[in-house]
Amino acid sequence: MFKAIITVNFKKSILDPQGTAVLKALKSMGYSGVEDVRVGKHIEVSLEAENIDKAKEQLKEMCDKLLSNPVIEEYKVDVAEVR
Amino acid sequence: MKFGVVVFPGSNCDADCFHVVDKVLGQPAEYLWHGQEDLKGVDCVVLPGGFSYGDYLRTGAIARFSPLMDKVVEFANQGGFVLGICNGFQILTEIGLLPGALVRNPSLQFQCHNTYLRVERTDTPFTGSFTDKQIIQVPIAHGEGSYFADPATIERLENQGQIVFRYCDAAGAVTPEANPNGSLHNIAGIINEKGNVLGMMPHPERCSEEILGNVDGRLLFESLVKGQQGGESR
Repeated sequence: MFKAIITVNFKKSILDPQGTAVLKALKSMGYSGVEDVRVGKHIEVSLEAENIDKAKEQLKEMCDKLLSNPVIEEYKVDVAEVR
Repeated sequence: MKFGVVVFPGSNCDADCFHVVDKVLGQPAEYLWHGQEDLKGVDCVVLPGGFSYGDYLRTGAIARFSPLMDKVVEFANQGGFVLGICNGFQILTEIGLLPGALVRNPSLQFQCHNTYLRVERTDTPFTGSFTDKQIIQVPIAHGEGSYFADPATIERLENQGQIVFRYCDAAGAVTPEANPNGSLHNIAGIINEKGNVLGMMPHPERCSEEILGNVDGRLLFESLVKGQQGGESR
């Protein structure tokens, strides 16, 4: 069994209105040192696969097809074997 | 012209679209449940507005994997007419029938009000009944309608005349103030290269009857019907 943590974020070139709103809130709370906030998605996927490479292969496919939109987002996959 | 209105779990403008093509235009119409694969011989597929699959993950992201959508892509590739309104537009970009993406409005507000649109092309099957550069009023209702595409795609859309509707002011000027959602180049609606797939954020089905105080949207549906009648008589 493998467990993957997938992080999906807007590409740097894309405006992140949610991040901007949180940034403004943090500043208004007095955290004047905060310079940038980006809000993304954290997705956990547990899956069965023959080995870690096969798991990675499947996860990449899932990200490209459904979990992220390559037009606006980028993603990172961290996968580990779990018992 | 036979219209098919696709129904996803979470669609909420399906009945409005059906009403317009059926009762206002008097055309044959069918509801097409997303979970089956039969397009029932329709000439035009309408992907209506709403919140398919609760907008989970991204707007339109899950709807595009509905069994019916494979058939819709096939149908579009064969030249069939596909009209995506609001959530329908979002689905069309997710599935790749139209380029770009619809992202959250920079205002973070759900924008629900009338907008002025400038009709940029009247030589498409969807816009033949409009006059060139006609200024029309069509309401929007969305939180994620900000059109985005990379610079090369935007340039291609501009050069190939694929931008069909642009947000403008009452006088037809395309200005940042008239842009309700930060869409690049004030894009409100685009068409594919072949000219048979149109996506737009504003809701023409909400302004197609006198009783609603505005009939500008009806011209879009009429364009399709008249285009087909014209084609048959030739």
